Amino acid sequence: MSEALTSDNHLPAGAAAPRRAKPVRRFLRNPQAVISALVLGVVGGAVLLAPLLSTDPGAAELSKAFAGAEPGHPLGFDSAGRDVWSRLLHGGRNTLGGALIALAVALSIGVPSGLVAGYYGKWFDAVANWAGNFVMALPAMVVLLASRAILGPTMWVLMVVLGVLVAPSFFRLVRGIVATVRGELYVDAARVSGLRDRRIIARHVLIVVRAPIIIQIALVAGIAISLQAGLEFLGIGSGDLPTWGAMLNEAFQNVQRSPLFMLWPGLALGITSAALVLLASALRDVLEDGGTPPPRPRAARRARVSAPTTSDSAGARAALLSVRDLAVSYGSGASAVDVVRGVDIDVAEGEVVGLVGQSGSGKSQTAFSVLGILPEGGRVSRGSILIAGTEVVGLPEKRYRALRGGVVAYVPQEPMTNLDPAFTVGGQLVEPMRLRLGLSRKAAAERALELLRQVEIADPRRVFDAYPHEISGGMAQRVLIAGAMSCDPKLLIADEPTTALDVTVQAEVLELLRRLQAERGLGVLLVTHDLGVVADLCDRVAVMNAGRIVETGRTAQVLTRPQDPYTRTLIEAVLDDAPARPAWVAPRAADGAEVPA
Amino acid sequence: MLRFAVRRLAAGLFLLFVVSFVSFVLLSVPNLDVARQLLGQSAPQHAVDAKTAELGLDQPILARYAQWLGDALAGDLGTSWFTSENVLTAIGHRLPVTLSLMLGVTLVTAVLAFLLGVWAGVRRGAVDRIVQVLGVVGYALPGFLVTLVIVLVFAVQLRWFPAIGYIPLTTSVPGWLSTVTLPILSLSVAAVAGVSQQVRSSVIDVLRQDYVRTLRARGLPPGRVLFRHVLRNAAAPALTVLGMQFVGLLGGAVLVEQIFGLPGIGSMTVTYTTRGDTPVIMGLVMTTVVCVVVINLGVDLLVGWLNPKARAA
Repeated sequence: MSEALTSDNHLPAGAAAPRRAKPVRRFLRNPQAVISALVLGVVGGAVLLAPLLSTDPGAAELSKAFAGAEPGHPLGFDSAGRDVWSRLLHGGRNTLGGALIALAVALSIGVPSGLVAGYYGKWFDAVANWAGNFVMALPAMVVLLASRAILGPTMWVLMVVLGVLVAPSFFRLVRGIVATVRGELYVDAARVSGLRDRRIIARHVLIVVRAPIIIQIALVAGIAISLQAGLEFLGIGSGDLPTWGAMLNEAFQNVQRSPLFMLWPGLALGITSAALVLLASALRDVLEDGGTPPPRPRAARRARVSAPTTSDSAGARAALLSVRDLAVSYGSGASAVDVVRGVDIDVAEGEVVGLVGQSGSGKSQTAFSVLGILPEGGRVSRGSILIAGTEVVGLPEKRYRALRGGVVAYVPQEPMTNLDPAFTVGGQLVEPMRLRLGLSRKAAAERALELLRQVEIADPRRVFDAYPHEISGGMAQRVLIAGAMSCDPKLLIADEPTTALDVTVQAEVLELLRRLQAERGLGVLLVTHDLGVVADLCDRVAVMNAGRIVETGRTAQVLTRPQDPYTRTLIEAVLDDAPARPAWVAPRAADGAEVPA
Repeated sequence: MLRFAVRRLAAGLFLLFVVSFVSFVLLSVPNLDVARQLLGQSAPQHAVDAKTAELGLDQPILARYAQWLGDALAGDLGTSWFTSENVLTAIGHRLPVTLSLMLGVTLVTAVLAFLLGVWAGVRRGAVDRIVQVLGVVGYALPGFLVTLVIVLVFAVQLRWFPAIGYIPLTTSVPGWLSTVTLPILSLSVAAVAGVSQQVRSSVIDVLRQDYVRTLRARGLPPGRVLFRHVLRNAAAPALTVLGMQFVGLLGGAVLVEQIFGLPGIGSMTVTYTTRGDTPVIMGLVMTTVVCVVVINLGVDLLVGWLNPKARAA
């Protein structure tokens, strides 16, 4: 879940998925879904109608062994002189029928137990989960062979065992989803309002698990068919029944004499399994809202602006950072959406500029585009960005990279997700310094410890050796600030550096930023929605709304005599009898970009 | 880390114990007259009774299980009812064949799946689509069907490799290679398909993480971010899938060994289960589960090493 939430954070306002059509229509529009369903329909129909379409599969005429096709026997005869077409259809009946039994058993065990375990938890969950893991640790084929020794060679009985063996895949799926839904607020609400468990499960829970179960059915059916056929292929199922696996076995015995016999049962089996899995993957696209956005088309990547499109006409440009007429777009062609338009910002050396606005106003997108780290699908589509005199729009990635860290550095919003969980804090601080400053391991480590001291961490050695999950959020933010400072940048882009922190920690971190800024003469672009922070720290402020800058000026002037009505609303929202720096709860707006996770 | 390892090991041993108990009880349920089968229909009743007593089958199930467990802990898995072979020796002869297959498949899978998955996850676009479709199809086709096609093409038609037979590694290295190449190839198809999909999706997932953006903002080269940070974080879920694939591979080995006529424990399982030879079946089940437990333990430790958070869990 956490991955899903954090990746949502990157989606700008305009890039939300278009409203999706009804499932049935989406299904019909998906060629992969329609074709694989058709194939399965034809196979299923032919197999069901086997007695009408063909003769007795057991009737053998030894004189016709290995004979070719003739009228009424379109596929010829097998090694025992039996009609291949008829055996193929009847074999399909047994193979698919067996898989169906396994599927039914798996569903009737896996789904209810998953529902109960996920919804009620407690001891049943623990026991069932253990049992599921237990069954999944057993190699199905070996267990089936052992079961055959116990239960005898009846295929139908073995299929029940197979059903038990694949049941955990349903159990795990349902349990996982239900446990998540169980924690959702609307289920709590339904519970508080007195709905009985049975109704909550029927109305809220079953709806959520329906689609994943349908997808899983297609997958498990494929697995069941393949195991069933494998068992029959080993020649240890019920010997007299025609099945695809048994046909393949017979054909394989005669592979030197006539390899072609493997073709028909092989094709039937291959096509059916492939159709099932392709159907499952198409159903996933149809039924579930695409978890992954479509891959960025090459055209869009190429469409990145290759040169600045604005000249210096728009007034004098500041020395450290100067943005003119910036536009950031997502998507390509007709579906392209501008999330930032015509933005001008200047930061002089030693100056702190605030960039304020509510969630979704495009502040973070502006900050990302300065650093050249826009999320997948986003690009600077217009404008000019000068960093310490270097034009970075259209700059080759390698030269751009030389600026990052060394000239312009970044302090992110959410401290805990911005440290790599697999490396120690120290390792992450040392790595850029060794690469960028060419320091030895020892020198870099010493410098890292010194930096940790500078960001007022009491026990630098311990934090240096700690993994990110072992330190607090405020500590992590200090580490990230230390990381940003590590290669002596001139410009700091701080994206809501205090939003995710407790109020007391916020004040400390702001104080730290102020001190470092003053000591090092840093230019800072401070992205925030908090006017209290702006009043505290910023020399100048730019107010953003809906992707545009609506007002720019000296902080005192903008805060006391706002010109733009939007700025006025923003200020009024804060100043009404509220404490100087109220904890702002960002609305969970259409845009996830600014919402603290 | 040590506590983590000990806990996983204890869980594995418990699993072994439960599997042994359940299998033993289940295998004892059908009251087949083993002694009668062994001695033939014409044998006198007193001889049958004597044989039953000799095999210990006149004892209650729990007593028999206790006896078996005690012997097993002392390293004695008993003797086959039908061939009088020592179970441990028989399995010991055949296990290296299967293990060498598994080792080959694991190596091939680890290399190919990571290459394909990272390539697809980073490049996206057409490469990604192709890898995804190949993955879906490779995973979907029944393993033995893939094996049959491979035999038809490379052994029957092209005659590059022998269709059946096994040459031990100790006899001749090229000979061994020629006999295991096709089996390893057959088993790798599904494993590579499954694991590469997981690598792909976890690479895409990790590439979207905030810390990757922050690392880029620090000016680290993309290659370093990919191979040091993304790969390490993406490897843990992929390894877990590899571990789960291994359980399937042991099943797949049964079919593949049978098709290629390899004297491993897979083909042994087929032979002995059809006869209902309980001591051998118990030995085989235990061997398979030990393999699973060891592999899972290895995967858990690797994941714990890659992902510090998992150690605490």
